Amino acid sequence: MILLPQLVQTTPLLRVSGLHKRYGAVVAVEDVALDLYPGETVGIVGESGSGKSTVLRLLNLEEPPDTGTYQLDIAGYVADNIFALDRLRRRELQLRHIGIVYQNPHHGLRMRVSSSGNVAERLIMAGERRFATLRSAARASLAVSEFPLERLDDLPARLSGGMQQRVQLAKAIALKPALLLLDEPTTGLDVSVQALVIDTLLRLRRERQIATLIVSHDLGVIRTLSDRVLVMRRGQVSSAGLTEPGARRPRNTRIHSN
Amino acid sequence: MKLKQLAHARQDYSYGFLDEFAKRELRRRMLKAIALPGYQVPYASRELPIARGWGTGGLQVTLSLAGPRDTIKVIDQGADDSVNAANLRRFIARMTGVETTDDTLRATIIQSRHRIPEERLREGQVLVLQVPDPEPLRHVQPDIAKARAMHADADYAQVWLGLYEQLVRFGRFMNGASYPVIVHNRYLMSPSPIPRWDTPDLHQAAHLTLLSAGREKRLYAVPPYTDVRPVEFEDVFFAVEDQRGRICMLSSARNKFMDELPQPDGSSRFRISDTGYVAKLLKPDQAERGATYYDDDGRFYIEGFIKNNTAV
Amino acid sequence: MVRGSRFAVQYKHTQMNLLTVTKLNKHFYVHHLEREIVAFAAVDFALAAGEFLLVRGANGVGKSTLLRCLYRSYLPSGGQALFRSQAGDIDLARAAEVDIAFLRRSEIGNVSQFLRARPRVSALDLVAEPLIENGVSLAEAHTAAAAQLAAFGLKEAIWEAYPSTFSGGEQQKVNLARALIAPRRLILLDEPTASLDAAARAALVERLTELKRSGVALIGVFHHPEDVQALVDRELYLETV
Repeated sequence: MILLPQLVQTTPLLRVSGLHKRYGAVVAVEDVALDLYPGETVGIVGESGSGKSTVLRLLNLEEPPDTGTYQLDIAGYVADNIFALDRLRRRELQLRHIGIVYQNPHHGLRMRVSSSGNVAERLIMAGERRFATLRSAARASLAVSEFPLERLDDLPARLSGGMQQRVQLAKAIALKPALLLLDEPTTGLDVSVQALVIDTLLRLRRERQIATLIVSHDLGVIRTLSDRVLVMRRGQVSSAGLTEPGARRPRNTRIHSN
Repeated sequence: MKLKQLAHARQDYSYGFLDEFAKRELRRRMLKAIALPGYQVPYASRELPIARGWGTGGLQVTLSLAGPRDTIKVIDQGADDSVNAANLRRFIARMTGVETTDDTLRATIIQSRHRIPEERLREGQVLVLQVPDPEPLRHVQPDIAKARAMHADADYAQVWLGLYEQLVRFGRFMNGASYPVIVHNRYLMSPSPIPRWDTPDLHQAAHLTLLSAGREKRLYAVPPYTDVRPVEFEDVFFAVEDQRGRICMLSSARNKFMDELPQPDGSSRFRISDTGYVAKLLKPDQAERGATYYDDDGRFYIEGFIKNNTAV
Repeated sequence: MVRGSRFAVQYKHTQMNLLTVTKLNKHFYVHHLEREIVAFAAVDFALAAGEFLLVRGANGVGKSTLLRCLYRSYLPSGGQALFRSQAGDIDLARAAEVDIAFLRRSEIGNVSQFLRARPRVSALDLVAEPLIENGVSLAEAHTAAAAQLAAFGLKEAIWEAYPSTFSGGEQQKVNLARALIAPRRLILLDEPTASLDAAARAALVERLTELKRSGVALIGVFHHPEDVQALVDRELYLETV
């Protein structure tokens, strides 16, 4: 049963339905539907191979789905099925309105380009051609993601995992996107670094009201960051629900079935 | 009527060495390249009696263009008398019967490797540049298919990112020769390995420039009076090689592009790289000397085009 | 006294009521037993602003489950829970999750037995967080958080320390301070006094009194109901089905 919101009257920033993706005989994503409201954080959990990362890749327009509609409440794109955009508009949307942080920094960063350069690249792509502006914008964005500014021009290859995630984050938010996609952003980091990254994400969400979709198999991370959760199993959303903030351990997290 | 009467008399080679189909294809590609300034047009690079990488791209263009009324000049790094230049010149002359010259002003076609002559080219002249690597995106995108998509989208952010990185790491732009340019406000182009000093010469030039890479099978063009702007930031500018303080050991002239000749004592002497021009300076009464791109004080002829004329 | 299950009474959702619960029930399907277990059946009650409802009943009778159904950590199996939110009336039993998430941020609070400490987040920051999320300035939120921690008797020396290292009692003080700091219209309390010392229990009662006086409706399950007896307006007695 689909429950329509009554109190929250704003249009969802993101509305996806009928999402299907298969790779040969393997069904990766099957009939996934998802709404995301402005300023909201929704988590997707599931075992590896459940299709959660595929959903994120599809939403970041890295590959086309087999079928599906994808609407974004973003000026200039309201009437579009985002999946049907031509290459140039897709690139423009991706650049200006979607930020992504990958689990593996190698996917999100150019390891042979300085940290500030990684962030500045987004502004260059958006047409900025003043060096001084690129420099100050990269610095500001890195500061927001709490990156130590004395390491501004270090190559990401020389940074720790937590630092690399901060550079990815600074890059993702450099153009103030409406939608932030996080693919296991803290997996593989040690607990205290994880905490710092989570703290930064919380603050960012508060200050910028970015709608965030976070994929993780770590329920603790999901619970801290998100209001609502989708559980994926074999490509499908097996259940959707609210996180219970009071639970003591991850395994106590209650997710009910609709 | 006999077959013998209908057929041409037997010839050892086609005019211009290349067969008519090859020349026609090249001319068509050149027309396309001229219609799309800066766009790399693929062509079927033919076998020639010299090895790929020794100017076969330029040679095919020249052989397709040259006719009996042309006068041709061939230079290699500014020099008319280098072995490569001399060989190419002799081959072109034997295959087409054109007149050859060292004088930039007299030539109708100038085939060059790595330089543009100091004297300004005029309308009707054709500059043919030999190109080893036509792809300016090679070092940011090794995948040619992806690089072509980037050209199609005019997606050149990577090039400015490269400039950004150079400024961050070294405090200045590090590109020497082959400084990338944007042609006609559209395509990113590698102007072949000419020094930065020569790069501005392409901007709003009166002559036609054809650039051809034989090994890579790509040719592209800058038609006359086309905008060619070096990539730079709005607040950090492209700069040419600093020639101030260098005096030509042969002509005592200054502010032309110099070859550096290291001396046994560790010092350096300098010589103007354009040998045709030096010859005119040494014998002023024998040939008319044309206006140069840079005046004797080192000022470029289009005022304000080079915003930073003083840096390294 | 309001009785659930046995003496079902229909309550009208009047202007007076903040929450009107009708025939609310919850059953679980237990996979390894392959049968349905009823947690509670046909609960009816009504609650006005500023009222305190105490939920009573033997262990395992579904008291906590009822609270979780109202907070929508569980989806109720049937019945209604009409809540008069400032944005309009809504059935908590059937509301869209987006609406519930919105209400959790703005109107409905929940106090559980456990604090979920996060590494590298100090007690003061943890308590101040709900206010900051609601748009209160950092300085103001920290002042309010300090006042709350002081009221619950947490030693000032450890306000800046990480609660993951605290004792159970200390953690619970932080938990209460955090759960009760932001303005809410309905607060659900699930045995909040467990592992609290007497002074902290008194502080809790004082805070609840203050909230009640300001018009907050409260629904609570307590180990020692005598602590809050003075506050109770209504009781809901759950019986084994």
